[in-house]
Amino acid sequence: MVDVAIGDVGRDRAQKLAKTLSWLKLQDDGFRLLTLSAAIAVLLILGGVIASLVVGSLPAIRAFGFDFLTVQTWNPVTEKFGALPAIYGTLVTALIALLVAAPVGVGIAIFLTELCPYILRRPIGIGVELLAGIPSIIYGIWGLFLFAPAVQKYVQPPLIAAFGDVPILSTLFAGPPYGIGILTAGFILGIMVIPFVASISRDVFETVPAVLKEAAYGQGCNTWEVVRFIVIPYTRTGVIGGVMLALGRALGETMAVTFVIGNAHRIAGSLLAPGTTISATIANEFTEAVGDLYTSALIELGLILFFITFFILAAARLLLMRLERQAGA
Amino acid sequence: MNFSFLRTALAAATLSLAVCASADAATITGAGATFPFPIYAKWAQAYKAVSGNDLNYQSIGSGGGIKQIKAKTVTFGATDAPLTADELAASGLAQWPMVIGGIVPVLNLDGVNAGELTLDGPTLAKIFSGAIKTWDDPAIQKLNSGVKLPSAAIAVVHRSDGSGTTFNFTNYLSKVSPDWKNSVGVNTAVEWPVGIGAKGNEGVANNVVQTKNSIGYIEYAYAMQNKMTYAKMINQAGKTVAPSISSFQAAAGNADWEHAPGFYQILTDQPGAGSWPITAATFILMPKAPQDVAAAKEALKFFDWAFANGAKSAEELDYIPLPSSLIALIKKTWASDIKDTDGKALLN
Repeated sequence: MVDVAIGDVGRDRAQKLAKTLSWLKLQDDGFRLLTLSAAIAVLLILGGVIASLVVGSLPAIRAFGFDFLTVQTWNPVTEKFGALPAIYGTLVTALIALLVAAPVGVGIAIFLTELCPYILRRPIGIGVELLAGIPSIIYGIWGLFLFAPAVQKYVQPPLIAAFGDVPILSTLFAGPPYGIGILTAGFILGIMVIPFVASISRDVFETVPAVLKEAAYGQGCNTWEVVRFIVIPYTRTGVIGGVMLALGRALGETMAVTFVIGNAHRIAGSLLAPGTTISATIANEFTEAVGDLYTSALIELGLILFFITFFILAAARLLLMRLERQAGA
Repeated sequence: MNFSFLRTALAAATLSLAVCASADAATITGAGATFPFPIYAKWAQAYKAVSGNDLNYQSIGSGGGIKQIKAKTVTFGATDAPLTADELAASGLAQWPMVIGGIVPVLNLDGVNAGELTLDGPTLAKIFSGAIKTWDDPAIQKLNSGVKLPSAAIAVVHRSDGSGTTFNFTNYLSKVSPDWKNSVGVNTAVEWPVGIGAKGNEGVANNVVQTKNSIGYIEYAYAMQNKMTYAKMINQAGKTVAPSISSFQAAAGNADWEHAPGFYQILTDQPGAGSWPITAATFILMPKAPQDVAAAKEALKFFDWAFANGAKSAEELDYIPLPSSLIALIKKTWASDIKDTDGKALLN
C-alpha cells in the first residue's frame, strides 16, 4: 500500500534508508558488544586473580587452617606461619593514615573552595595533584632518610615523655624511639592519601549550588556555619567516598610502608614499635622464599588482603547507600 | 664523487660486519642472588668487550634463582644459600662457589670507633636474641676491658627482606650458639626475637647510622663504602680478627672444599687463626646435562674467563676472589660433571 503510494523513486529511497538504518544498527550492536566484552573482561580478570590466589594458598590453608588468622608466629625456619601481626599492622596503619588524611584533606578542600584567594587556588590545587603523582617509592625513601629521623628526634621523645604517666597512652607511646615503626608508617601513608581526600572533596564541594550558600549567608551565617550546615551535609556521601578511596589505597600500599615500618612480625602495644603489613611482608619475602609452604603462606596473605580490601570497600558502599537513602527520605 | 662512493661502501661493509658479529654473539642468561649482582654486571661488561657475548643476569633473589634453574628457564642460577648434595642430585644440578664476601657487625655507639669493639659468636647471638639487653652487659664488658660502654639499651637492626646475608649470619649464630640454633635457626628470613627490620643492606646501614646504641649486620662492601663502625670478632681459633680481604680469603682457604660434595660448604666459623668467622660464598647452579648445550658452553666460558681475569675488578668492589686451589678444584668438577648429550665435557 505504502509502496504503491510512494512510487518507484520513493521505494529506492526507502530501501537506501533501510540499508543505512540496518548498518547503523549493526554498528550499534557491534559497539555494544565491544564495550560489553570489555566490561566482562574485568570480571574475568578479577575471577582469575581470585582463583589463582586461592589455588596458590591451598597448601597453606591445608597446613594451618583457621589458625593462620589467629597465630602470631611467622617462622620461615620451622615453616609455622600466622597472619595476625600483618593483618593488625595493615589495619592500624590504614587507620592512622585516615586520621591524618581525612581532616587535612577535607580542610584543604574547604579552604580551596570557600576561603582561598582566587590567585592561590591554582597553585594549591596543582600542588595537591602533584602530591598524588609522586611514586610511592619516593615517599619511602623520603620517609626513611628524612621523615623517620625527624620523628625520632623531635616527635617520639616528647610523646614518650608526655604520656609516660597516662594509663592507656603510656602503652601506646612506649619503647625506644627507633624513628621507624607503625606510627611513622601511618603518617607517611596519611600524607600519601591526602590528595585523594582533598581532590575528591574539592570536586564535590564545587557541586553545592551557590543559591544554597548565598541563602545561608543571607541569613547571617558565617563561613564556618555555611560549611558545617550547608556544604558538608550536601556533599557527605561524596566526601565519605573520597575517604574510602584513600582507605583502599592505604590498605594496599607497599613500598613506602616497607621502608619505614620496621618489618617485625610482632604485635606490640606501642605505636612506636616496629610492625609489618600484609603487602610489606609479601614484598619483603617473596623473592627469597624458598620452600612451597613459605611461598603459599605469602600468597594466602595476599588473598587475605584481597578480602580485607573487598569487605571494607563493600561496607563503605553500604554506608553510602544508607546515607543516600536517609538524605532522600 | 669517488670519495663519497668509497665512504658508502665502507659504511656498508662495516654494517654487514656488525651484523655478522651480532649473529655470532650469544646471550648467556642467569638469575638469582642479589648480593653478587654488582660484580657479575661488571664482569659481564668486560667480557662483552673481549668476546662480544652478552650476559643477562636478573638479580631476583636466591630463591628465585633456584626456582628458575630448576625450571630450566635460564642457563644458570645463582644462590647465596648453597643446595645440599641431595638437593643437587634430585634436580640434576651442579654447583660451585663463584665469589666470596664478608658479613660484618656494624654499630652506632657514642665514643666507640671502627674496630674498637670486639665481640665473639655467643655474645653476638645473645645480643640478636635479646638475652643481652644493654651495652654494659658483663659479657660485652669482659671482651672489651679498655672500652667505656654506656648502660643504654641495645637497638637491634636486622634485614627484613629474605636474603643470603641473613642466611649466612643466622648460620654463623647457629654454629656458635646452641640456644640460637634451637630457638631461631637458619634461613634467608627468620623469626627475629627482637629489633627492627630494614630492607636491604642499605636499609640496615641507614638505620644503624640513624639510631644511637644500635647494632646490625651488613655486607663488608656496604660497611666500607659508608665508613661505618664495625666490630672485630673472635674466631674459632680464639683469635681476634678484623674484617679484611685477607681474613675472608683465609676463611675460604681453610674450608675443606675437597670433602664437600657439590661444594656444599658454608664459610662461617671456619678454622684458622686468620679466618673471619662470618665469611660467605655465593654459588652458581647449572644443570649437569643442559638442554641448550651451546648456551651452557658459553656460560662456562664466561665463568672460566671471570676466574682468570676478574679478580682485580672483584676486589675493587670489595668482593673477594676465590683462592686458586679452589678454582682448580672447580674446573675439575666442570670437566667431570657437566656434559652434553653424548657424555662429552662441555669445556676443554
